[in-house]
Amino acid sequence: MPEEENKKEIKSNEKLIAGMPEEELIASGHRACAGCGSVLAVRHAIKAAGKNTIVVAATGCMEVVTSPYPQTAWKVPWIHSLFENAAAVASGIATALKKQGSDTNVLVLVGDGGTFDIGLQALSGAVERNHDFCYVCYDNEAYMNTGIQRSGATPQHAATTTSPAGKLIHGKVEWKKNMPFIIAGHSENVYVATANIAFPIDFYKKVKKGIEHKGPAYIQVYTPCVPGWKIPSNITIELAKLAYKSKTTPLYEIENGVLKFTQKPENPIPVDRYLLLQGRFKHLNKIEIAEIQKHIDDTWNKLLRLEETEVRI
Amino acid sequence: MIKKVIEASEAVAIGAKLCKPDVIAVYPITPQTHIPEKIANFVYDGKMDCELVDVESEHSALSACQGAQAAGARTFTATASQGLALMHEVLFATSGLRLPVVMAVANRALSAPINIWNDHQDSISARDSGWIQFYVESAQEALDTMIMAFKVAENKDIMLPAMVCLDGFTLTHVYEPAQIPEQKEVDSFLPPYKPLFTLDPKKPLTMGPIGYPNSYMDFKLQQQQAMQKALTVIKQVQQEFLKRFKRTYGNGLIEAYKTKDADIAVVAMGTICSTTKDVVDELRKKGRKVGLIKIKTFRPFPEADILDATKNLKAIAVLDRNISLGQEGAVYSEIKAVLKDCKTRADSYIVGLGGRDVTPNTIKTAIDKTSKSKNPIKEWLMQ
Repeated sequence: MPEEENKKEIKSNEKLIAGMPEEELIASGHRACAGCGSVLAVRHAIKAAGKNTIVVAATGCMEVVTSPYPQTAWKVPWIHSLFENAAAVASGIATALKKQGSDTNVLVLVGDGGTFDIGLQALSGAVERNHDFCYVCYDNEAYMNTGIQRSGATPQHAATTTSPAGKLIHGKVEWKKNMPFIIAGHSENVYVATANIAFPIDFYKKVKKGIEHKGPAYIQVYTPCVPGWKIPSNITIELAKLAYKSKTTPLYEIENGVLKFTQKPENPIPVDRYLLLQGRFKHLNKIEIAEIQKHIDDTWNKLLRLEETEVRI
Repeated sequence: MIKKVIEASEAVAIGAKLCKPDVIAVYPITPQTHIPEKIANFVYDGKMDCELVDVESEHSALSACQGAQAAGARTFTATASQGLALMHEVLFATSGLRLPVVMAVANRALSAPINIWNDHQDSISARDSGWIQFYVESAQEALDTMIMAFKVAENKDIMLPAMVCLDGFTLTHVYEPAQIPEQKEVDSFLPPYKPLFTLDPKKPLTMGPIGYPNSYMDFKLQQQQAMQKALTVIKQVQQEFLKRFKRTYGNGLIEAYKTKDADIAVVAMGTICSTTKDVVDELRKKGRKVGLIKIKTFRPFPEADILDATKNLKAIAVLDRNISLGQEGAVYSEIKAVLKDCKTRADSYIVGLGGRDVTPNTIKTAIDKTSKSKNPIKEWLMQ
């Protein structure tokens, strides 16, 4: 990114970051990797939800790095039960709070494996039952806690330990599952949004909106993973910005079934500028990059059409 | 107090209602369904002030109970068979989190072949999950045990979840007369749930952290100590229940039926015990010195009480409605271990798997074989 443009962005972010509460609700001594994108998402999400919040975690990186007994990074009540049941545990909490007449928020923090794959049923049930909770999926596009295995969120051609860049098969064969649309398809009363850790204010606002929304909210936040994506730990945010500029991570909201972009890159860049900074894509040939580019463009155009026509999802 | 003829499933539902749970999360499975249906009727008719959550699986049913209980609610669920198997990992998480959820289990066989009828394989397969397990034989006992289960589970020295296991169909779908306690009597016996710890933003705490090798074992030791304490607490709660409601089921752990002068006793759990009591009465009329030891509490296992009740017997016929494939019946394994230093011989009979009838003749066969044999017996009674 050109130096000047970068500076401009940093300046605008500083101003906006000042608008978020200064008090941290997750302590800095947690054990996340240097440059971890997911822990930034967690940090901003809990700021948006505020102190009057119960956090429900699934098994995964964020559970492991924040809760090594007898220490905890959490300054709000936090519960972890299992891998696939966070949405069900949240259902129970939301129900108990309803019975008690409590106004406490329920914030669920789960990775992509626990959301796209093993926890999908519990999440689907919880959304269908219309519980009042805000579910944030921190999406680092693979099972990182177990050592970088492919998930339903892993993009096509990405190399993981269970979809390696082999001589015969070149990384993951399938496309990434369209989770936000799957959740939006449940009901018009679900608030759905996508976010990117490079745009913390946008993410913060969406979580706040999700918390204030009466009923279920699903926010999927894109969070680069240093060891999983094989990137230097100092480019997490820069890479996340490139993902946005290359249209890889469109930022939108779906309210009452209608999709609206919250912002769009002014001058989109070709996807190879994003892909080739990452070890997980270093094996890509030109044909594969072109395939990814086509998929991104098609998806983008579909989203634009949905926005223009206001067709309900 | 009202006396009514009710289905045992309704007795469980009434038991739940009398205990005033705040949240009930359930998923249907035969033969448990009459329990949530009855509860739904209570809730939808405004007779029960409770949030009923119809979840999308048993895994989520118990997970939702966990969440609600952690947020300070009293919770209840019910399941059977595959549902309990699907809950398996949630069972361990619930007991590990020390959340005193109470669950009714309508005991049913496990697939394959698929079979909706009764045996104890489902709950026996969950015996190591850190749940207290009660096995009942009548509608009245099911109702009463529900009330006692909450009181035991929520005791601050215990804080463990509890299962009330009743035989699918052979009890869940059977109509029997039962006395229904007054609400105010139950209220004074079982005060509102006051958890020691909850998810409270005013007092934030971390529940369900990662326990490294330097702490995990300490958590397990505490659970085991709570289980051991439960042996005493269950007896105390049964005593208190007896004083207030004038009903008792042995000492809460086991019930010894006509064993004082007996040579031979049957050991069993659940509805087989009712049939066995009739068989014992009949055989005693013919001068046979036989009795029954009913195991009501299987976890924690009442080792001392069983030893005391069996040490003067010549032999025991253990009727297991389950099989640990590759070894033997689970109750038999326990009894054998209890009797390791005694002269009393234990014989093993596998009976009634997948709903096969256990008739008076089945029980008589076991008693006759054990009476006549001089050597240990391990048999499947296929009749």
